[in-house]
Amino acid sequence: MLYREAGQFKTSYAADQALFPILQDRVGMLLILAAAYVVVPLAASNFMIDSIIAPVLIFALAAIGLNLLTGYTGLLSLGTGGFMGVGAFACYKLATFFPGINIVVHILLAGFFSAAVGTLFGLPSLRIKGFYLAVATLAAQFFLSWCFIRIPWLYNYNVSASIEVPTRTLFDIPVTGPNATPVTRYLIVLTIVSAMTWVASNLIRGRIGRTWMAVRDMDIAAELIGIKLLRTKLLAFAVSSFYCGVAGAMMVFLWLGNAESESFSINQSFLVLFMVIIGGLGSLLGSFFGAALIWGLPIVLRYAPNMFGLSITTATAEHITFMTLGALIIFFLIVEPNGLARLWQIGKQKLRVWPFPY
Amino acid sequence: MRAPADSAAVAGEVLLSVQNVSLSFGGVKAIQNVSFDIRKSEVRAIIGPNGAGKTSMLNVINGFYQPQSGSITFKGVARSNMRPYDAAHGGIARTFQNVALFRGMSALDNIMAGRTLKMRRGFFWQLVRFGPAVAEEVEHRLKVEEIIDFLEIPAIRKVPVGRLPYGLQKRVELGRALAMEPDLLLLDEPMAGMNLEEKEDMSRFIVDVNEHYGTTIALIEHDMGVVMDLSDRVVVLDHGAKIADATPQEVKRDQSVIDAYLGVAH
Amino acid sequence: MDLLYRIFIDPFVQMGAAPDLLVQALWEGFVAGVLYSLIALGFVLIFKASGVFNFAQGIMVVFAALTLVGLYEHGVPAFLALALTILVMLLLAFAVERVVLRPLVNQAEIILFMATFGLTYFLIGLGELIFGGDPKVMISQQLLLPSGSYNIRMLGGFVQLQKIDVAAAIIALLMVTTLAIFFQKTRIGRALRAVADSHRAALSVGISLEQIWVTVWFASGIVALATGIMWGARSNVSFALDIIALKALPVLILGGLTSIPGAIIGGVIIGMGEKLGEFYWGPLFGSGIESWFAYVIALVFLLFRPQGLFGEKIIERV
Repeated sequence: MLYREAGQFKTSYAADQALFPILQDRVGMLLILAAAYVVVPLAASNFMIDSIIAPVLIFALAAIGLNLLTGYTGLLSLGTGGFMGVGAFACYKLATFFPGINIVVHILLAGFFSAAVGTLFGLPSLRIKGFYLAVATLAAQFFLSWCFIRIPWLYNYNVSASIEVPTRTLFDIPVTGPNATPVTRYLIVLTIVSAMTWVASNLIRGRIGRTWMAVRDMDIAAELIGIKLLRTKLLAFAVSSFYCGVAGAMMVFLWLGNAESESFSINQSFLVLFMVIIGGLGSLLGSFFGAALIWGLPIVLRYAPNMFGLSITTATAEHITFMTLGALIIFFLIVEPNGLARLWQIGKQKLRVWPFPY
Repeated sequence: MRAPADSAAVAGEVLLSVQNVSLSFGGVKAIQNVSFDIRKSEVRAIIGPNGAGKTSMLNVINGFYQPQSGSITFKGVARSNMRPYDAAHGGIARTFQNVALFRGMSALDNIMAGRTLKMRRGFFWQLVRFGPAVAEEVEHRLKVEEIIDFLEIPAIRKVPVGRLPYGLQKRVELGRALAMEPDLLLLDEPMAGMNLEEKEDMSRFIVDVNEHYGTTIALIEHDMGVVMDLSDRVVVLDHGAKIADATPQEVKRDQSVIDAYLGVAH
Repeated sequence: MDLLYRIFIDPFVQMGAAPDLLVQALWEGFVAGVLYSLIALGFVLIFKASGVFNFAQGIMVVFAALTLVGLYEHGVPAFLALALTILVMLLLAFAVERVVLRPLVNQAEIILFMATFGLTYFLIGLGELIFGGDPKVMISQQLLLPSGSYNIRMLGGFVQLQKIDVAAAIIALLMVTTLAIFFQKTRIGRALRAVADSHRAALSVGISLEQIWVTVWFASGIVALATGIMWGARSNVSFALDIIALKALPVLILGGLTSIPGAIIGGVIIGMGEKLGEFYWGPLFGSGIESWFAYVIALVFLLFRPQGLFGEKIIERV
């Protein structure tokens, strides 16, 4: 009843193809953006911003990256952690070499390095498909992990093999390093993530998104209508890795403040993959849902018992988190293999016809 | 029935010529030394009992299979090693026996996918999507809507194709092929699995495409009534070899064809 | 020029200069390979019989070993603990079939694959909760596994073979042979292969999917237990083992996902290749290349032969 499209007629194809064709969606999106930019900095605690909201946004961006590759193009990748790491280390080196240039520029430039590495490791996709391609991406992941430890130049020969983020400013306000406030960092993350999500949605709706989905659904038929398979797959790797690289750079520079090679291990790859699966393969919105759930759940599990008056050790909480995570994945796959995004769609559908059942 | 005089194409120039093509898979000879041609703007039927090599022939023309010997000349250019991408680029479009649609996309998106080759706007505009990219999408959307109207499927255009009944899926697949604005359209059993009404509709579409757009059509079909009615000339294959190549009436009377088929009409 | 010499000539020179060291490296690689292939065998069993790529195989190895050691630490005699662990693996097979596989029957393979991811995380959490995260020592003596080594004089030096390694190799070969025969010759083996091909078709000819799945996951569990014992005997039992399980993937690529003999041969090739790479080429790159070298070997293989040495060629029809 509230969510009806009745009466909203499209009078041009451009309107039909718009990002938010339904008025309620447009309004909703504006409200969310307003809340994100205004309400959160005013009302949310630094803890909430730094431990929940910012990382969810950053991981959502990585999940979007992986989703473009796996959900839209059908190329399973287990190298996400490595590609994020490339972005982080590239940003670090760029910041070291060009300290005068704005850090946001470096973060975005770092994405290109990730894209290059991703394209390189995507080359086998011409010959290899499906599960075997996943193993090739595993090779990339392990190799990159090894590089992050074994190439001291990457972390400026720091004895502890980790990187410390230097202070950088934007309009004279510190945005990275120990002096930057969580709110400042969060606002920059929010802007970058929003912009890049919009760009991703443009790609998906247009020619390139269709060619990706065609390759995913039936690559033989895609070849038939004139799609060049290798070019399409490599583009998917490049764009996906770009997103993961930027996410990695943001993770280090705008959230953690430091990193070690372990931050970009195979476990990171699995984490992002779970976000994509649970959120919904092939859905940008799902990437956000997945990130929120997978990231938020351990935090909830850690603090919920305290709220109920039970106390458990952090170790036990972690074990239970693992178990719950695993059980959740299985549960979702049984109940809704298309993830939270599909549940959301079903919910919207119900909202459309409410108060009628169907 | 289309009288020979109706189609000026019978005596027209050759669009595609198959010369001495042989194809085998391991020990199995799928096609043995077959030659025939397809003239511009004609409707050429390829018929024969099951296993005769008809689909393999289309696959060779399309570039899926590379023949062990022989060559294909298309628009005057001889090609011995054509890949599907080259065929698409050159103006050959195709439908399949088992519908090869992109199941994750709607009917509209499937047909829009057929416009991929015609879309020029580069990567940057795809990222930003203001102005030029949107204009291009709209321009191609117009063309696709023409096709959707032509095929009488506007009601289902936003439905994911996996949910459509078989007959409609075949129509969407035809739409995707038409979206490529091909010079040569290869149809592999377009009527398979359809009832009488659907067959009449499909026949009408095929005739319209041929007459209205002047598209050359090569089709594999088992329904003899359709073959007789629609085609200008017929090639008959049996066990990989060509056993007849003439107008429908001549082929109908040809004893070797009758023997190969045992004269069964649907 | 110098770099080319160091990559292409020098390692072989070194091999020739100390042949006993080469044999030692080859032996160690062989043993590592045999252990990889045991893990790979677990994967192959389940994949061959149900089409599911069981990512949780690695954690099953750890879980089995932990259960065995945990029971012993609580005072259960060694061989009784072994029997009880086998029972636990059977129960696990039942549980997995009931909770994970049955609801997902006929879903796309990728869904089932992801479900095993979930299973992995669940078992990691459960294992850590029950047994704690500290590494444990395998009860090899109590299980009558040999210790000590054979020292063989050869080629101007001598080569040391750990007895436990010899035992591992023999046990692995026995398992592979038994399983290979089982799959090829018996009725159940045939049913297993049918299920791998198509759930629906197998159901329609009356094959009980539940029985098959329990059987094969149990068999895989036994293999996991054997693997856990062998691995644990050589180094301790800890959760790092499940990352080792990822090493089985290059083995599977080489050997083919559906081939039992392929698992052994692939394992040995990867094991030996990796050890040789680490010994002779490792110093060029800095240490630790064994974390990715196996994958590179597999990748190169994939480019030339996507189905592996023994796997079935994938034919796509339009």
